[in-house]
Amino acid sequence: MAKILMKGNEAIGEGAVRAGCRYFFGYPITPQSELPHYLAKRLPEVGGVYLQSESETAAINMVYGAAGAGARVMTSSSGPGISLMQEGISYLAGAELPCVIVNMIRGGPGLGNIAPAQSDYFQATKGGGHGDYRVIVLAPASVQEIIDLMQVAFDLADRYRNPVMVAGDGILGQMMEPVELGEEKEIQIPPRPWAATGRMGGEKKLINSLYIVPEELEQHNLKLARKYALIAEREQRWEEYRLGGAKLVLVAFGTAARICKAVVDRCREEGLAVGLIRPITLWPFPQKAFEPVIGEAERFLVVEMNLGQMVEDVRLTVNGRRPVYFYGRCGGMLPVAADVVREVKKLYGGEGQ
Amino acid sequence: MKKVFTRPRSLKDIPTHYCPGCTHGIVHRLVAEVIDELEIFDRTIGVAPVGCSVFAYNYFDCDMFQASHGRAPAVATGIKRVLPDRVVFTYQGDGDLAAIGTGEIVHAAARGEKFTVIFINNAIYAMTGGQMAPTTLLGQKTTTTPYGRDKEVNGYPVKIAEMLSVLDGTAYAARVSVHDPAHVIKAKKAIKRAFEVQLANLGFSIVEVLSACPTNWGLPPAEALKWLAENMIPYYPLGEHKKPAEVG
Ligand SMILES: Cc1ncc(C[n+]2csc(CCOP(=O)(O)OP(=O)(O)O)c2C)c(N)n1
Ligand code: SF4
Repeated sequence: MAKILMKGNEAIGEGAVRAGCRYFFGYPITPQSELPHYLAKRLPEVGGVYLQSESETAAINMVYGAAGAGARVMTSSSGPGISLMQEGISYLAGAELPCVIVNMIRGGPGLGNIAPAQSDYFQATKGGGHGDYRVIVLAPASVQEIIDLMQVAFDLADRYRNPVMVAGDGILGQMMEPVELGEEKEIQIPPRPWAATGRMGGEKKLINSLYIVPEELEQHNLKLARKYALIAEREQRWEEYRLGGAKLVLVAFGTAARICKAVVDRCREEGLAVGLIRPITLWPFPQKAFEPVIGEAERFLVVEMNLGQMVEDVRLTVNGRRPVYFYGRCGGMLPVAADVVREVKKLYGGEGQ
Repeated sequence: MKKVFTRPRSLKDIPTHYCPGCTHGIVHRLVAEVIDELEIFDRTIGVAPVGCSVFAYNYFDCDMFQASHGRAPAVATGIKRVLPDRVVFTYQGDGDLAAIGTGEIVHAAARGEKFTVIFINNAIYAMTGGQMAPTTLLGQKTTTTPYGRDKEVNGYPVKIAEMLSVLDGTAYAARVSVHDPAHVIKAKKAIKRAFEVQLANLGFSIVEVLSACPTNWGLPPAEALKWLAENMIPYYPLGEHKKPAEVG
């Protein structure tokens, strides 16, 4: 099939439509606005609904209503807007409703700026909202991967009845790359016997996250914990790049991982045994990727577009068995390949420790 | 023998958690009677709020959602956009609708969302311990206005029915009271009209119900009803503030 040139944000929209998403509720924010622009055109074409809400708080609660009524539904935003959605995301997780939330991360904290960043890693992977809950987080690194992962995102949301976040950044949203869309398939949305769609002669259904009796809430929390454990066991995803024999392993996701691939290539050309682990699921964190390499790898260097957030998960995974270093740029500044190479050379073979 | 009074099908036969003399129970019953009479029970979806009526989802026997504080209109929007042929209603208190959820209610009305809002105005945040609500009357004592609500400090009470009636998306806005039987009958008529407006796809409909909270007002039930009639009705005029021609 022919390849076409597509912008990252638009690819999210097309990927969602092809994954059977028919409802979008959102509020404008840079750098993700091309996605709502695209869906405002595209969803009516397929009999869906695009609705611009009055705020992110309203958007995520519209998602709650639509998801509880049985729809495949999505919203998208960036940093400050995702902060406003956190209350709703906690409710969605508590009520076990499937939905997809896109965060094209910009620089923070506060209003920060609209430049690409990865500074919402903690917020995405550690909860963000209140209570004991988890959100599955997917981090694509190319426009093609966006298309492929949107289907995965909606399927995971349904399989586990849980919100799924797709985390990118301004670069990924804005850049254009050739993509293969593939055949448009008829999507069968899995049955939703739990959805509250009006009784229509059936049993009463309730969409709820309130458990006023402590014993009952503990049971609910434990049930969620078992689900999260299952997800952690089954759904770790990552990409390995030139890991064979690597003595220094880079760990990076999304845009930072693309830069790190160039770093790996340059280092390998110079005879340095460097490889890359690129987490595709940020939660569950792909701990399984580390076990096979930890024997040979002497040290790890985590590269992020923030001041060091995923590095904490790498440290937890490596658990003191090897030293873990960090290099990052923030505020919308990018880690330049040459700088990362310099950092690698400082660490490789143990110098500079 | 002919049965002349029975529990509505749409309400479950279980005791409620409301205080003695609380009028939430009366309003529940009215909504349930209307759902029964319009024969829409099977396709009705309710949205319960945060506040004293948070457990409304246990009492209404139709499908229900529990929404976060103030967000019921957004949740109802999501439901109705997915299921336009269902009947959707929210049930919200004045803290819920007129404070934290002001944005959601104003914009749901402005969009002309085709659901019905039952808005309980008891001039107080009841569940959290009797704090001032946006609807608390000037001079009214609450736990956070111990000297009485002062307009210089807290501004003026909000008249929701009037406020929403000026929006083009609002098809029906009424204010009723449930402090005596005659008013209860009128309240039911308004609630029925609001649902009929939704069924006719005319736009957003809201019924503001002046309601008593004897517990947080610190009054015996009968006196609470009297206080409502004497103090709330003069500030919150009853009547249909907006209605489409079709429902007369
Ligand atoms: C985000 C959020 N803020 C605050 C609360 C606490 N809270 C629970 S009920 C309530 C007031 C409800 O008052 P109202 O809507 O008037 O209902 P009533 O209890 O009077 O029936 C508040 C502030 C909450 N649950 N969530
Ligand atoms: S506290 Fe007030 S509003 Fe709440 S149940 Fe009791 S009387 Fe009703």
